Amino acid sequence: MSDMRTPLAKVRGLGSAKDGTTHFWRQRITAVANVFLISFFVILVIALQGADYASFTQALQNPVIATLLLLVILVGCLHMKLGMQVIIEDYIHSEGLKLLLVMGNIFFASIIALSSVVAVLKISFGG
Amino acid sequence: MANADLKANRPLSPHLQIYKLIVTMVMSILHRITGAALYFGTILMAFWLVCAAAGPESYQFAMDVFGSFLGRLVLFGFTWALVHHMLGGLRHFVWDMGHGFELSTANWMARATIIGSVSLTVILWIIGFIVA
Ligand code: HEM
Ligand code: HEM
Repeated sequence: MSDMRTPLAKVRGLGSAKDGTTHFWRQRITAVANVFLISFFVILVIALQGADYASFTQALQNPVIATLLLLVILVGCLHMKLGMQVIIEDYIHSEGLKLLLVMGNIFFASIIALSSVVAVLKISFGG
Repeated sequence: MANADLKANRPLSPHLQIYKLIVTMVMSILHRITGAALYFGTILMAFWLVCAAAGPESYQFAMDVFGSFLGRLVLFGFTWALVHHMLGGLRHFVWDMGHGFELSTANWMARATIIGSVSLTVILWIIGFIVA
């Protein structure tokens, strides 16, 4: 079969959606980062279970803990946004509903990420 | 295919209930289900952090919610989903590097994922009860 693609298109490797393997690659980078971040998160939650308000805020005022927690939130939300988009595209075949859900996915991930980030920053900066 | 009759009584490929469940297939499905469960589970994380940011009373409210029997049950499930999805992710990394496609390897990795995720979850909760 003859190949209809131009040499330039072939070397760019971006395909018809114009973003090539970007989605796949971002899913992997965030997944690798998540192995470390989620391990930290699980340990943090176990350490903080049942903590009173004072010791909870004190922990989040530690800049290392706050930074890592912010990374958990941001990297986690990016990863789950990418993942849920694939699920939507796999199962929803009507164009309108798919568009709506792909948008809703971005809104959901953004709201979870930013509300959590603001909360952590507020506590971390002392209230 | 432009004039194909999509409504006609055409043959269907066998799917879902036709096939016997095998361990690699179940793990593949569980990876997606746990990913989706964790997606909605982030509401719990945001609820926890936002309550804490709102002050001591609402922090206490969140602690009471999570400390209740139902709260603990949900958190136990959340822990398992997280650990299971993480181990499933490690399996994906092995495949991404071009290894582990032999039937025997794929099968033991699938079994290791479920055995590992259940054991690790129980161990984490035992540690949790010990340090509490
Ligand atoms: C603990 C570390 C994690 C690792 C190593 C990891 C790894 C992965 C990998 C490799 C994929 C791609 C699977 C594929 O291509 O079929 C994936 C998909 C996904 N992940 Fe994660 N992930 C992690 C944490 C999370 C978290 C915390 C969430 C949600 C809050 C999440 C939500 C998802 C979703 C929704 C998908 C799409 C599932 C699918 O397409 O079947 N993941 N994950
Ligand atoms: C109860 C029945 C089934 C369910 C609920 C199911 C569900 C799923 C899910 C959630 C995925 C995505 C997993 C991932 O990306 O890690 C998937 C992928 C896949 N399934 Fe199934 N599956 C079922 C049966 C089957 C059967 C019977 C076949 C073939 C004979 C099959 C072939 C595939 C293939 C080839 C993929 C990979 C698709 C891709 O990489 O984009 N599945 N399935």
